[in-house]
Amino acid sequence: MNMTPIQCTINGQAREFQVDPRTSLLELLRSQGLTSVKQACAVGECGACTVLIDGTPIDTCIYLAVWANGKTIRSAEGEVRDGVISSVQQAYVDTGAVQCGFCTPGLVMTTTALVEKYRGQQLCRDTIRRELAGNLCRCTGYEKVIDAVLASVDNKPGCNGQGGCGRCEDE
Amino acid sequence: MYDIEHYYKAHSVSDAVQRLSENPDARLIAGGTDVLVQLHHMSKKYRDLVDIHGLPELGGITQLDDGTIRIGSGSTFTQIIESPLVRQHIPSLALAVSNIAGPQIRNVATIGGNICNGANCADSAPISIVLGARMEIATLDGVRFTPLESFYTGPGKVALAHDEIAVAFHFNQADYLDIGASFYKYAMRGAMDISTINCAAACRLDEGRFTMLRLAYGVAAPTPIRAKAAEAAALGKPLNHETLGAIRDAVVQDVAPRTSWRASKEFRMQIIRTLAERVVAEAARNAGGTLA
Repeated sequence: MNMTPIQCTINGQAREFQVDPRTSLLELLRSQGLTSVKQACAVGECGACTVLIDGTPIDTCIYLAVWANGKTIRSAEGEVRDGVISSVQQAYVDTGAVQCGFCTPGLVMTTTALVEKYRGQQLCRDTIRRELAGNLCRCTGYEKVIDAVLASVDNKPGCNGQGGCGRCEDE
Repeated sequence: MYDIEHYYKAHSVSDAVQRLSENPDARLIAGGTDVLVQLHHMSKKYRDLVDIHGLPELGGITQLDDGTIRIGSGSTFTQIIESPLVRQHIPSLALAVSNIAGPQIRNVATIGGNICNGANCADSAPISIVLGARMEIATLDGVRFTPLESFYTGPGKVALAHDEIAVAFHFNQADYLDIGASFYKYAMRGAMDISTINCAAACRLDEGRFTMLRLAYGVAAPTPIRAKAAEAAALGKPLNHETLGAIRDAVVQDVAPRTSWRASKEFRMQIIRTLAERVVAEAARNAGGTLA
């Protein structure tokens, strides 16, 4: 099949590729050594292959590599700056939200987008559950993951993560 | 790598229509959240693709001069949920599509794909039907319009010719002004699940009586359907428990649920009856009514 030229930015670096249109973005990224992008379900159910495309979490297993043309892509590798992991990654370590670790890069990227989307806004456990509904974890039971997200948020006025902020559905 | 035999990146809607007309085996791909899953399962139906992903012509949510809300078929569910126009004028649509799958899928999947793949469980269908949506369809000879309500013709079948493309959904002001609407998705999980039954209602009240009710369901029949016997049971009647009970009892005539591994026919009927009452009551509250 005819190769298609694409240009994109991956973790801050401008890149050019000749891609086969049959390739998923998951396959392209892994072929470049970005093995934090995990293949698990391969049908967009589990979120292990999540990266941010122009700041938005996307399942790369059901996203054609050619669609990345002109886009800015962030994977978990790029969140490490000068050998220092991001505040979100550190929060996952600090709260013990990592067990086998397979789902962690995807969860870290969804969390990174969530923290940036809700910066300066109230955030509670129900909102976090809804925002992370596309990432499956078979080890943690999610409570530690939610703790990690709350620990990642620098500004949560009026919300202690226990309800009361007005966002929680159960109130 | 996906087992794709022919791939063509369309440059415009007319280019895509032309390509479809020349290739009887060609299929459209937009968000890809259905097509690529089908390909992953080695489906042979999607080996010749015409790619309309991200075509600017299919994007955009705008208000036309006559007040109509026009939603491009390539709009993702996230774009619909976050659209100020949708939130202001047809918030029930934002509510309904926020129940679809999970965040990553909603960031890519399009309303055009959800409607045009003909699934009877499409969560955007019942609410769009009760809001009176019309589809703008590009053909070789120009544009035609069709009501969404008559778009579904059978299981997995829609009234779209092979060389036609759904371009946009139109929500007329006359259909959304002064209505109350509501939607409920019954599924086994809160996310990443297919509806066991979904239900949408839109109504108007005058002095506490129903002057208009539209009630629609998904998975209650081979296609998304209007529940016209249930609607008739409400017309002119006061908003009270007796009327809601009459709607619940009448809806049985409108539906034909099936048993599948997901749920039995009897269970689905129970959900259908319960949602008739619950969703209509919520729509009536949103129309300013008080349940006596």
